[in-house]
Amino acid sequence: MTTKAIKTGPFDLVKKIFIKVGVLPFFLVAALLIFAALSPKFLTGQNLVNVARQSVYLVLVSMGQMLVLISGGFDLSVGTAIALTSVVSALGMVWFSSIFPDALWIAIMLGAFMGFGAAIVVGLVNGVGVAYFEVSPFIMTLGVSSAGAGLALFLTGGVPVSNLPFAFGDTFGFGRLWGIPVPVIFALICIVFMWVFMTRTRLGTQVYAVGGNIKAAHLSAINTKRTLMWAYVICALIASLTGLLLTARVESGEANLGSSIALESIAACVIAGVSLRGGIGRVENVVLGAFFIVLVQNGMNLAQVSSYMQMVLLGALLILAVIFDQMRYRMILSGS
Amino acid sequence: MSTTLIETRALTKQYPGVLALDAVDFDLKAGEVHVLFGENGAGKSTLISMLAGANRPSQGSIVLEGQVVKFETVADAQKKGIYTVFQEFSLIPTLTVAQNIFLGWEPCRGPFIDHGSMRNESHKMLLELGFDIDPNAIVAQLSRAQQQMVEITKAFHGDLKVLILDEPTASLTDKEVDHLFDFVNHLKTKGVGVVYISHRIQEFARIADRVTVLRDGGKIGTVEMADKDDDALVEMMTGRAIEEIYPEIEKGSGEILLSVAHLRTAGIHDATFDVRAGEVLGVAGLVGSGKSRLFRTVMGLTTRVSGRVTFNGKDISKSPTREIIKSGVYYLSPDRKAEGLDLAKTSTENLAINLIMGDKAGGNSQVVRWAEVNAETVTISEHVELQESYRNKPVSQLSGGNQQKILFGKCFGQNADVIIFDEPTVGVDMGTRAALYLLIKTFAESGKAVVVISSDLPEVMNLSHRMIVLAHGHISAELAGDDMTEEQVLKHFFDETGAKP
Repeated sequence: MTTKAIKTGPFDLVKKIFIKVGVLPFFLVAALLIFAALSPKFLTGQNLVNVARQSVYLVLVSMGQMLVLISGGFDLSVGTAIALTSVVSALGMVWFSSIFPDALWIAIMLGAFMGFGAAIVVGLVNGVGVAYFEVSPFIMTLGVSSAGAGLALFLTGGVPVSNLPFAFGDTFGFGRLWGIPVPVIFALICIVFMWVFMTRTRLGTQVYAVGGNIKAAHLSAINTKRTLMWAYVICALIASLTGLLLTARVESGEANLGSSIALESIAACVIAGVSLRGGIGRVENVVLGAFFIVLVQNGMNLAQVSSYMQMVLLGALLILAVIFDQMRYRMILSGS
Repeated sequence: MSTTLIETRALTKQYPGVLALDAVDFDLKAGEVHVLFGENGAGKSTLISMLAGANRPSQGSIVLEGQVVKFETVADAQKKGIYTVFQEFSLIPTLTVAQNIFLGWEPCRGPFIDHGSMRNESHKMLLELGFDIDPNAIVAQLSRAQQQMVEITKAFHGDLKVLILDEPTASLTDKEVDHLFDFVNHLKTKGVGVVYISHRIQEFARIADRVTVLRDGGKIGTVEMADKDDDALVEMMTGRAIEEIYPEIEKGSGEILLSVAHLRTAGIHDATFDVRAGEVLGVAGLVGSGKSRLFRTVMGLTTRVSGRVTFNGKDISKSPTREIIKSGVYYLSPDRKAEGLDLAKTSTENLAINLIMGDKAGGNSQVVRWAEVNAETVTISEHVELQESYRNKPVSQLSGGNQQKILFGKCFGQNADVIIFDEPTVGVDMGTRAALYLLIKTFAESGKAVVVISSDLPEVMNLSHRMIVLAHGHISAELAGDDMTEEQVLKHFFDETGAKP
């Protein structure tokens, strides 16, 4: 094996950070510098708190996306899971609250469970297709994405479902607990849950193993199909939770919620060093990655970049991140 | 006969931190077959990659017919008549044989590819080389041996002076090897010089004129093949005597652990045998004989058509692979890169997977106790003698030998009673081999059962207490004790009796 001379120049440090965590620290520093220069409001405490609150939804979805990416696939149907959850849970809440007008919380809960149920179906269909029928994740989730979006529109006729119980939006959309917005609390719980899941449980470890080398995992007594199933189901469930929180925020069930979130969540993961080849990725970095994306969007808004141009930049950012991911993977393999 | 075609003068290749080739003088005469012999990492591949133009020397020069040459690319070398058939194939599996042979210089009529003449030319070239392959066949559908023939055919464009063959027989059956040797002999008479890399020492007497032995990047010596016997060459290569490589393994109780009865599947006909505790069962056969497939079927990796597999008295013939592994039968894949290891992860992480799945640390709980797992990976790493500095590097950065040690380590994490080693030392140098054999010995002598499937005949013969030989998908012989001679084994390699058309 190579015995390398130990050098520590500034360049080596950059390289070390790059190999260890990926491109995110560099992007973050660049974004902070650029937007701070463009808008004086950007680096104010008020604005950063805003960004933190806005980023909840993307943080959640990105953690689900991360799970699927680490398993070696990806999930284009997270947006659909959100839309279906929104529509189904809203319809459920409206229907149940007309049956139990006196027990609105029961109606809300039943509606929420219907939403989760719809998302579990999305996750199961994805999982069965990818794990058991070996459909490529791209096609499988793209197909499900279209089917689910169509279903959500069909259920509502394209009209938002309104008249949700007031308490729902008031609590989950705008409520605060100990001064912290409720969605943020959900996100924090979910972050802790995912961190424990990925680093401390057998199933989490198996997801890494399956994504790293599925054949080797199979020969190490791992139930690879079941592991893949779980990855897609958990991803859909997290998306579903996001869907509920978003529904509460907009106070209606809408079929067009989460339409751009698949791309954004993949971008957040890749920027955060989750490998598109699977097997590599960390929860804490993904949270930062999602935060970064929202930060960039916020900075562009403040700098009055048009929303059309923002789409262009987001796409470019994703591709750039993938290019850096390729370089990083090669560096990891070769050790140079 | 004695004109020197190509020679290297003090050829040196320095990679960052490694001296891959250290001032090697090598010469090839017209009409001779010159074998390069050495362990993995000895510098054979580095040497030929520079002759082939795939790599440039750090120091020293290459002299072709008296003139110093510098090859920038493989195409440069080919223009001078030097053709190389590398071990790794350069074929596109989805294209036809003809398309592959003419890849990059397709004959054209006007702006369009002339498929007709491409087919005819390919057919002619294949015939000339004596290969019976349809130019219209899709490469993916050919056997590995046939693909190799296409690879060789592909190398022949234009005027051939020097042919470099890198392990050409690694995946060929004996008949195909005969064919290749006829072809090489035919080239010799035409004055072509052949550089031949192989590990199969038994081939050298048939084909080699001279042998150059490399070790650790340096040249040990060049000898006339007629002057040296096999053992002397191995000693030159390894720097140690052959008895030091294979350990004597004590035979144990012989209680039957794994029993296979009338197993059938595609390519396997009616296999019946037992695997016993404290015993090493060797499995030999040619490539394509089904020796690997037989055990992959036992493990449930290929579908079983009929037959019974029992382990510790329990029928496991319908169990999925993971259940079989959990019950105590472990299978080591021959392809550590594709099926064995997660290359981007460290050795510790690779070992941890099996510990977690094997319930050796953390019990049955869903929560992983990493402290226990990590402590256990250290124990295993010490057991397989993996240096501490390698344990936290991505596995891809380690040598083949160290990767194989980790693969061995994985099976110790699984708490197995039977370990099936499929080609346990493929691409591993002699020093590491000796260490791996000692691991097999320790395991077998602890009362567990070992199966060694290997294409390396000395390896199976020296390790096994008992052997089964496969030919054409059936067990053609079961040998033990004094019957386990090379002659006997080779005889049963070609046994046609149980073969199905």
